[in-house]
Amino acid sequence: MDWTNLETLWFVLIAVLWIGYFFLEGFDFGVGNLLPFLGRDDAGKRQMINTIGPFWDGNEVWLLTAGGATFAAFPEWYATLFSGFYLPLFIILLALIVRGVAFEFRGKHDSDRWRLTWDWAIVVGSVVPSILWGVAFANIVRGVPIDADGEYTGGFFNLLNGYALLGGITTLLLFTLSGALFLGLRTTGDMQVTAVRTARLLAPITTAVAAGFIIWTLADAADLGPLTLICAAGAAVLSVAVAVLAYRGMDGWGFALQGGVIAAAVSMLFVSLYPNVMPSSTDDAFSLTVFNASSSTYTLTVMTIVALVLTPIVLLYQAWTYHIFRARIGRTSFESKSPVDLIPGANPEGK
Amino acid sequence: MEALELARWQFGITTTYHFLFVPVSIGLALTVACMQTAWHRTKDPKYLRMTRFWGKLMLISFAVGVVTGIVQEFQFGMNWSGYSRFVGDVFGAPLAMEALAAFFVESTFIGIWIFGWGRIRPSLHLASIWAAALAATLSAYFILAANSWMQNPVGFELNEETGRAEMTSIWAILTNETTLYAFPHTIFAAISTAGAILIGVSALLILRRKDVEVFRPSLKIGLVVSLVGVLATMVVGDLMGKQLVKVQPMKMAAAEALYETEEPAPFSLLAVAPFEKQPERSSFDLAIPGLLSFLAKGDFSSEVKGINQLQAEAEAEYGPGNYRPIIGITYWTFRLMIGAGILMFLLAAIGIYLWWRNKLERSTWFLYAAIGGIALPFIANSMGWIFTEMGRQPWIVQGLLLTSQAESTSVGAGTVATSLIGFTLLYGVLGIIAGWLAYRFIHRGAEDAPETAGPAAEADEPDPKLKLSY
Repeated sequence: MDWTNLETLWFVLIAVLWIGYFFLEGFDFGVGNLLPFLGRDDAGKRQMINTIGPFWDGNEVWLLTAGGATFAAFPEWYATLFSGFYLPLFIILLALIVRGVAFEFRGKHDSDRWRLTWDWAIVVGSVVPSILWGVAFANIVRGVPIDADGEYTGGFFNLLNGYALLGGITTLLLFTLSGALFLGLRTTGDMQVTAVRTARLLAPITTAVAAGFIIWTLADAADLGPLTLICAAGAAVLSVAVAVLAYRGMDGWGFALQGGVIAAAVSMLFVSLYPNVMPSSTDDAFSLTVFNASSSTYTLTVMTIVALVLTPIVLLYQAWTYHIFRARIGRTSFESKSPVDLIPGANPEGK
Repeated sequence: MEALELARWQFGITTTYHFLFVPVSIGLALTVACMQTAWHRTKDPKYLRMTRFWGKLMLISFAVGVVTGIVQEFQFGMNWSGYSRFVGDVFGAPLAMEALAAFFVESTFIGIWIFGWGRIRPSLHLASIWAAALAATLSAYFILAANSWMQNPVGFELNEETGRAEMTSIWAILTNETTLYAFPHTIFAAISTAGAILIGVSALLILRRKDVEVFRPSLKIGLVVSLVGVLATMVVGDLMGKQLVKVQPMKMAAAEALYETEEPAPFSLLAVAPFEKQPERSSFDLAIPGLLSFLAKGDFSSEVKGINQLQAEAEAEYGPGNYRPIIGITYWTFRLMIGAGILMFLLAAIGIYLWWRNKLERSTWFLYAAIGGIALPFIANSMGWIFTEMGRQPWIVQGLLLTSQAESTSVGAGTVATSLIGFTLLYGVLGIIAGWLAYRFIHRGAEDAPETAGPAAEADEPDPKLKLSY
């Protein structure tokens, strides 16, 4: 395996972008998934939503960047993947749209029905992509029917197979656990206690399901490289560690290692793919690889320079945001007032 | 309908919709950043109230703009995989740069701005709105560079082996002449949009005698912003037109329904023709002699090529086919864009005259007109883009790739119809909700300034009040 070429570098960079996306948006999806379970009243829900308030939009840009980078570095991969996985991506888009406006609009009008509607928008908008991203990635790894022109020839139901569904449940659990660990870190009072308890409950289930998914991936893999095995083992060990830390209520370390689990799991998928980016289940010869799907050397060089200059800066100021908003959020500030109360004349009933 | 046609409708609807919000967000972000700077400098609570009022309005627009933007990036691959394969090497780079250089800054710092009131130093908080506003402006640069390449492909070569366009110079792409005109044209249009909203909303609240101490100065700021913005948009637009004649002569001829090459060429005021039947001349054309020659080339007597000659030239170069866009659409969108722009200019100019004569608040007719004027930038912005994109047809990349070659062959009409209906319904509902929220919010007027010296005083509280937050 030759790792010293631009195509491979970009394959690694795209894996890094997806790791960033799944780790960061993963926990904000998770908070959304937990909204109906942990947010027992409006104050609790607002407490939860405000823990991810400053972050979710920046987290979502990791997805846009992964998409843009795939377009720029591997146009064939981008074209086949996005046109082939049309309906799942369409559903993900609907979910992300509804979810994004829900955060912004929820507090802008004072009515219980209004808030309830947007609460459900947040839940559905979080659960649906949490599952579908796992389904999509599992299908990429498993291989889908692709013809000689690089076009996807399967249908929608091709994508709903056992392995992919297990992948979907795995990401749903991983993200929800991330959300619980994050809430444990970022809240005070009852919410923190409940979040820690939820993480303790979810962690072993997540570990078991993730282990099942890892084993299925390894069992299906055509040839098992040592790197794939290392990543798989890493994901399994870290996942157990997260469960132990969650059991002990050490949510800070648990959350950090959860990032490790996601990194190792995504790496396992990417390493097992390489040098393919989208294996064809029709014929190996039709598989898209990092070499036949990539852009020209010039474009890759330009993009490498841009990425190497900008990515560290992005990481710096995003980390800084997390530092600014590191304070735990209590529920008291949400108990009496909704944002609407702070606008004069908005709430004549004085509720 | 065929999948291709449905995909075009979807692109048209989602893009036009997205661009209703983008100029509002960019224009208001820049304006709000200026207002907050004024507050930071003077500590006058009036500016703080302005910042928060217009800032919240901006956020409503921002929310819809951001979420509908994701669709934009995805649908190139979803519906236009033929296009994506052909141009990815060139077109993907500015898109990825837009995400890395602009979207990250924009989304992160708008979050800091929303949630940072009272948590961070006021100067840092001020810097965060500037960072978000400038990043939004920068994002426009990258996406316009990508679009300009479709209008005027530069900095590439065709790879004979793969049949694809490959980038040879990123510098040429980022300094494409079309981009250098399209970027200021778009940004000034966004500033004019903010101006028209400032004028119209302030007029509404002044008519209702609500928080006049905030909306009187807001109206005046709006008038200045609008006048400068519209004038600059027009000047750049004129230069852009001259460049258009060079790189996309068919689009310009189609904008004028100029069928025959003429020297000098007249500017059409009202042309009537059965455009859908691809006629070879207008049935009726009221025109100002020589004006098109002047607009296109800078003197009143020069030659401007007509549709018929350009069609013949295109057939000679690319083979048989119809290389004319739909003339009725290009002709009317171009006129509606310019017409709305002229009305925006008049509104701002009359407002400034009334202000100078000290009659601004008493001229209720003007204030009512200003409320109606809110619609103008939305008309101008949408029509401008529909003209730009429809005028390039049948090409998706001018002279290189036809729209008919660009679709996703693996995606059937039923699938595209599903997403077309889904997006259209969802966007419709969102538009109604966002409009209703904005309407209600506007009617409440500006909140009072915080009793303390400003948001900084909130910093000491363990649980700062989340005023702009969720």
